[in-house]
Amino acid sequence: MLNNLTTPHDHPGKLFVVEGIDGSGKTTQLGLLAKWLAAEGHRVFVTEWNSSALVKAATKTGKKKNALTPMTFSLLHATDFADRLLYKIIPPLKAGMIVLADRYAYTAFARDVTRGVDRQWVRELYSFAVKPDLALYFRVPIDVSVDRLLARRVKLKFYEAGMDLGWSASPVESFRLFQGKVLDEYDRIVDEYGLNVVDAVGSITEQQRVVRNLIARHVESVDIATEIPSEQSA
Amino acid sequence: MSNQPDSPPHGGLVEGANGIIQPGRYYSRGIPYLPINGYPGKLIAIEGTDGVGRSTQIQLLREWLEVRGYGVVETGWTRSPLMQPTIELAKSSNTLNKLTFVLLYATDFADRLEKEIIPALKAGFVVLTDRYIFTALARAGVRGVDRAWLRTLYGFAIAPHLVFYLKIDVETLIGRVLESRGMDFWESGMDLKHGDDIYDSFRAYQNKLLREYASMADEFHFRVVDARRSVVHIQDELRRQVGTFLEP
Repeated sequence: MLNNLTTPHDHPGKLFVVEGIDGSGKTTQLGLLAKWLAAEGHRVFVTEWNSSALVKAATKTGKKKNALTPMTFSLLHATDFADRLLYKIIPPLKAGMIVLADRYAYTAFARDVTRGVDRQWVRELYSFAVKPDLALYFRVPIDVSVDRLLARRVKLKFYEAGMDLGWSASPVESFRLFQGKVLDEYDRIVDEYGLNVVDAVGSITEQQRVVRNLIARHVESVDIATEIPSEQSA
Repeated sequence: MSNQPDSPPHGGLVEGANGIIQPGRYYSRGIPYLPINGYPGKLIAIEGTDGVGRSTQIQLLREWLEVRGYGVVETGWTRSPLMQPTIELAKSSNTLNKLTFVLLYATDFADRLEKEIIPALKAGFVVLTDRYIFTALARAGVRGVDRAWLRTLYGFAIAPHLVFYLKIDVETLIGRVLESRGMDFWESGMDLKHGDDIYDSFRAYQNKLLREYASMADEFHFRVVDARRSVVHIQDELRRQVGTFLEP
């Protein structure tokens, strides 16, 4: 059986992952992190969950007709992820770059299980994934996340609000119920996969300070790694 | 190395490895929100490589079953409305890596399983499936995808009540394929880049596929049918076995 997701990778680059529900502020934090790393002279590549061109078409068809079941939703996202992993994530890692992933396999574990997919099956499904050097989980209470999304006047998306499960006709109520359960799943995942929890209620700047402190321990070694060969060849 | 036909048995979660497959049940962990125990329908899979005559046999079998009063539903590989456009696009662009391909096919299968196969079994139909997960396992196995992972992936599949494997040798197969529609890119495994010669590639690829199917015969309780014989002979054997199963 594959165990890539639980075994450290041996690529020269670094993979950092942010996780959390919608409204946790993880994308904001990732953006600030990317700015900082680039300013420090690192080559950075950012990749988002569910962004590969290939399966966008299928996801769109499925979403439009509301035709995705929990299993096909899960497998489509795994397909998308595999495509992105092999074309977008692994090559920069091999080139010694820093890859920042906005959501990773853990998102699938949390969402798909909440939708009713077998917990062990989805973990084994993603066992081909590269283990991140650091995974940050932005933990936020459901009320805070809902308030943030509503304040931004974000229209809650059908699947993100778990509307496909039919738990509530109200998008906000559905989001609250669905993401509330997703939070419970994340708590399991934190222990199982050693995610670093960041308190996502604090100020943006305060959180970013925490994030940079955690990342700094890993990026130093990138510099060392890139310098060693030139010293050896000299 | 992983695609050597004599590689050791996998350590997957599929119960089949231990010989305790239960027909009509999920192979492994299954779909928790879709309990299927006690459904009256029967699932019959016809497996075999391209050009072996599966669809002809299925048509004849369907006729026969319907005359005898059985409701029949047919399904195949890569036919779900959800994924068909995506899979066709992927095939035509030839940009997909093997892992993505495996997952696309699994998505397609999940869609058909939930929307066609399970409802039909629930309603008491005989479901005839033209190819089943074994085709996916064989193709991916030949391409070096981890066999244990593949079996875990397809652990949500339902074990058919009967699996007929239409077995043929490469020589006979080549003759049939050339007489009918010729060799195509995918059936010849040209994506494996064994060279530009489609004949050589077809031969090498189909040989590997046949070995892959053969290695699954015990694991998944295939009923092996000699597909070199005439259509009528093969059909007779299928009817005899299906008849015995449905009306013992």
